[in-house]
Amino acid sequence: MKQFNYVLTDPEGIHARPAGLLAKEAKSYADTVITVTKGGQTVKASQLMKLMSLGAKQGDEITVSAEGGDEEAAIAGMKKFLKEHL
Amino acid sequence: MILMQGKGVSAGVVSGPLYFFRRSQSEVTRYTVKDTEAERARFSRAQEQSVSQLKMLAEQCRAESGDDAAMLFDTHAMFVEDEDYVDSVLTTLEEEHCNAEYAVQQAGEQFAAMFAAMDDAYMQAREADIRDVTRRILNNLTGNVDGGIDSDVPVILAADDLAPSETLQLDKSKILGFITQKGSGNSHTAILARTLGIPAICGLGDALKASYEGRTAYIDGESGKVCLEADALTLQSFQSKQRGQQQQKELMETMKGQEDVTLDGRKIRLYCNIGSPEDVTAVLANDARGIGLFRSEFLYLAASDYPSEEEQFEAYKSVAAAMKEQPVIIRTLDIGADKQVDYFHLQKEENPAMGVRAIRISLNRPEVFRTQLRAIYRASAYGRVAIMFPMITSVWEVKECRRACKSVMLELSKEGIPYNPETEIGIMIETPASVFMAPELAKQVDFFSVGTNDLTQYTLACDRQCNDLGKFYDPHHPAVLRALKMAADAAHEAGIWIGICGELAADLSMLPTFLAIGIDELSVSPAAVLPLRAAIRKSTAGECTLKMLED
Repeated sequence: MKQFNYVLTDPEGIHARPAGLLAKEAKSYADTVITVTKGGQTVKASQLMKLMSLGAKQGDEITVSAEGGDEEAAIAGMKKFLKEHL
Repeated sequence: MILMQGKGVSAGVVSGPLYFFRRSQSEVTRYTVKDTEAERARFSRAQEQSVSQLKMLAEQCRAESGDDAAMLFDTHAMFVEDEDYVDSVLTTLEEEHCNAEYAVQQAGEQFAAMFAAMDDAYMQAREADIRDVTRRILNNLTGNVDGGIDSDVPVILAADDLAPSETLQLDKSKILGFITQKGSGNSHTAILARTLGIPAICGLGDALKASYEGRTAYIDGESGKVCLEADALTLQSFQSKQRGQQQQKELMETMKGQEDVTLDGRKIRLYCNIGSPEDVTAVLANDARGIGLFRSEFLYLAASDYPSEEEQFEAYKSVAAAMKEQPVIIRTLDIGADKQVDYFHLQKEENPAMGVRAIRISLNRPEVFRTQLRAIYRASAYGRVAIMFPMITSVWEVKECRRACKSVMLELSKEGIPYNPETEIGIMIETPASVFMAPELAKQVDFFSVGTNDLTQYTLACDRQCNDLGKFYDPHHPAVLRALKMAADAAHEAGIWIGICGELAADLSMLPTFLAIGIDELSVSPAAVLPLRAAIRKSTAGECTLKMLED
């Protein structure tokens, strides 16, 4: 398993639009489970509504983990995605 | 007289009969189903139908009101396919052997409650989205169609709350305005109402009663007031406000198709600023005569890697073709360390406004510059394209830009790709250096366009990002206006035209000064075109003075 922490810089946090894009991105890594954790609550990155329900806002730190066959690429992909959108 | 107070979320005054929005959906009843597999299949079909309807709505919305509004329906489509939502439906079907309608309603309630319980206003407002999506799936299961407006005359639509998809599906020609019991200025309905230009008032609460159906109401989307059976005085105040608005609107409509010329015959080129190809619709709707500033940054900011020549070419070409024989001035890349474009790997700077930005990046990275120039020149074969370079300070920069243009033209000729060799080249006047050097710069180019925001920032040494500067940041400062005049005089001396594409161009109070200075072109946001045209047509250039330049 690989993981990293990220502090959200987007003023609106994980709102509907980036959450949708993130869920889509997360589904593109076959055979790999990506999770997002905030304040002890963990959801799969592909779970759109649950992801929004984390209520992650600007300044909040989230932990992204990936486990599975494609975890290296998934971590790199998620890092890039978060930097661009959140 | 009955007076209700809500929150005005979309301005405008209208009067008309109240009509209550009806939802076709009846109560969902639960019943036992033996063939769970068949219910699963029914749900899947309803799910697929919902997704394809939402994709169509997104397309429709993209055409009517732009990308942001359309994204809402894209998100709704993702909600329909959400893992947990679908899981919840399937689990209920499996465990309770019930009908699909009941299972969907249960899932809808569960997730609506989840969002409603969050301590964030934005997330709470998503409850309405979940209910909207759930209702759509239910309608697809039962074959119900949500009620349209069964009225021959236009009405003011009243509802408890309107879901975004409901607002969009309504026949807009029948709607004068919206009033709702719930909802906030944050709701998508409020945003859509504003985009559609229909007055709307939210949050009227229980004061809005269904028994008011059919009664004539006055609504003011600015003050949030709704009035039934208005007394003489109230009626008068509503009506005079309405008349004022109507006159303004009619005046603006009469401006379409009119020439941009002053009473004494001075012609002004009235153009638009745009940030992406989608904005062209608004440019044409407001009857601007060209595009004075096409910001190319969107191509770079939206991408995760350098946009290809082909990608850029398509974007420029679509705008050039849509504008037909009218000019489209494309500004080359204008970013700096203050705009985050990761793949550029710009070094962090203490003072990005004075750092490696705009043309400096282009000249430092010939490959990036060349790709953009090739795309612009290729697009020049499809309309009247011009090129504009930002943040010029020196004559050598312009010479170097021209050399880059020339080599691109040579390449295209060799490759047999069509382009317009007469493509005009201009520069932005936004630094004091470019003002001082204007006489020499004017000999190198076909036009000047003044970026007043940056010119103000650099002339007055006031960071435009800094909120505390207040009265010190003054775009009307005589120093800025004198700089404008110096640049204009130099341009005219050399026989080229000068325009303004900064925010100041739309400032009606500045128009007389611009006319006195001899500004030839004003490029503004689409919504500012018609008011500015009205002002130009009322002006007499010969009577305008340079008084504002005095102190």
